[in-house]
Amino acid sequence: MTGPLTSLVLGQAAPAGQWLRQNGDVIVDRGIEHLQLTAISIGLGLVISIALSVIALRYRRTYRPITMAAGVVFTIPSIALFPVLRPYFGLTATTAIIGLTLYTLLFLIRNILVGIESVPADVVEAAEGQGYARNRLFVEIELPLALPVILAGVRIATVTTIGLVTITGLIGYGGFGFFIFDGLRSNLYLPKLLVGALAPMVLALLADGALQLVERALTPWSRRAAG
Amino acid sequence: MGGTMIELRGATKVFSGMDHPAVDHLDLSVPEGELVVFVGPSGCGKTTTLKMINRIVEPTSGTITIGGQNVLDRPAHLVRRDIGYVIQQIGLFPHNTIERNIATVPRLLGWDDDRTAARVDELIGLMGLDPDMKSRYPGELSGGQRQRVGVARALAADPPVLLMDEPYGAVDPLVRTRLQDQLLELQRDLHKTIVFVTHDIDEAIRLGDRIAILNVGGKLEQFDTPEQLLRAPANEFVEDFLGGERGLKRLALRCVGDLGTLPRGSVVSADASGEEAIAAAKAYGGEWCGVLDGDELRGWAWVDEFRGAVRAGDVETRRFRVGISRDSTLREALDAMVRSSTGVAAIFDDRDRYLGMLQLGDLTAEITTGQGHP
Repeated sequence: MTGPLTSLVLGQAAPAGQWLRQNGDVIVDRGIEHLQLTAISIGLGLVISIALSVIALRYRRTYRPITMAAGVVFTIPSIALFPVLRPYFGLTATTAIIGLTLYTLLFLIRNILVGIESVPADVVEAAEGQGYARNRLFVEIELPLALPVILAGVRIATVTTIGLVTITGLIGYGGFGFFIFDGLRSNLYLPKLLVGALAPMVLALLADGALQLVERALTPWSRRAAG
Repeated sequence: MGGTMIELRGATKVFSGMDHPAVDHLDLSVPEGELVVFVGPSGCGKTTTLKMINRIVEPTSGTITIGGQNVLDRPAHLVRRDIGYVIQQIGLFPHNTIERNIATVPRLLGWDDDRTAARVDELIGLMGLDPDMKSRYPGELSGGQRQRVGVARALAADPPVLLMDEPYGAVDPLVRTRLQDQLLELQRDLHKTIVFVTHDIDEAIRLGDRIAILNVGGKLEQFDTPEQLLRAPANEFVEDFLGGERGLKRLALRCVGDLGTLPRGSVVSADASGEEAIAAAKAYGGEWCGVLDGDELRGWAWVDEFRGAVRAGDVETRRFRVGISRDSTLREALDAMVRSSTGVAAIFDDRDRYLGMLQLGDLTAEITTGQGHP
């Protein structure tokens, strides 16, 4: 008889700390969701961006349309994009991932193109002169040399995506962002909004740092040459 | 050896948007095992011609064969694996270690790891590079070292043909001379067919077995040995391009050893009398005489100082400051004469034993014959 009443009282009076203690599992689950949505979107974004970049570089007429399209997509307000996708893909992870992936394309395509184009012409000519075929030259020479610039793009895209994931709370996902939308609808909003806002920031900083380490590990030559 | 390795027939390149062909119906044969230099002013199509051989530039028309095979008959990347390629900017792969850079073509050809590693070690030795360098990156090397790695990479799969596009254009003169010497030394052992592009006529004369002098539009003005070019330039363009000092340049092509028996010069043995020394000096047409101690040239003294000496060896002598060897060029011999107080170039073997001496008169014939316009 006293159950609902008690819980209401306790809920209103409960300090934020208690909410946190009680919801540890949920917070961790949402954190994992946040990471998954980010990783999948960046991964998909990379595959699509590399493919589109190869097309742009090989068929020069497609260069401007591709880069412009990536730019236009980026200007769509995220708060509008997910509701627009929803009728087609429903309240599914697909909807979330399609939206997030679209937003990664601008940074990724632009940095892949700049990276490849900044590979010194003499290195490319030497590679052709030694007998590299076109595709192998791209994979073994151009991509690795463009890597620092490409990874810089991946870092920007990752940090941006981690922020954007919160918006997918609109369609029931959102990672940590779930707590923002939840908090806006509940009386106990303070701890929820704090988790929803601060946790993605921390995640973004950590991801940026981790990617910086990856870049150092993958491009030993650039450090050695400078030193 | 002796056959033709690379043959260009009517080779033509018209770049799109250009009114005039960069190279217009060029015919040229590069003999097997020779180092042929393409030289000419900028815009003469020398680099374009070189790049048509490995199809970095696709010919507009004409045929180019290597070892009798048309280079257009196979995919370009396969043709290129049989041709060493060295460019001025070197173009080492910055993200690959030196070892991996050198191993480029063997890897493309699918050699197994052991064979590739052994070949890399061999080339590092051949190019006089430090084996510790293998694990370094190109950014850590000096310009001269990078250029040698570039040549090692080009030689890795032991291609019969080597194309070198102004390979020493970007290194300082001292390093350039050393790299040129090394190339000549390598070529003595390897007998590659080398096409070498430069705009520097002195480099062409120094390195080339034959020189192709090209004019604007890829017009071949003369294709000859350096000796023959300097002796008999085909026309005014060639003469202008060869520049002044043609006689001196020809002297640079010949060695002291090429002269055959070397004049003994104005010397007497230490046991000879002063009068004999004076007679030797007069016979040589000079006012001084050298004194020999067995095979060792002790020095020289003026005629007056030998007067009345019982033994030439008792006269105090001055040292010959400048010595040359049989391998010195006649130009170096001339330089030694100008710098020495006696006006001669004393010649020694590698153990400092006296071989003879040259004076200006001995070279006059070399300078004056075949000046073209007597």
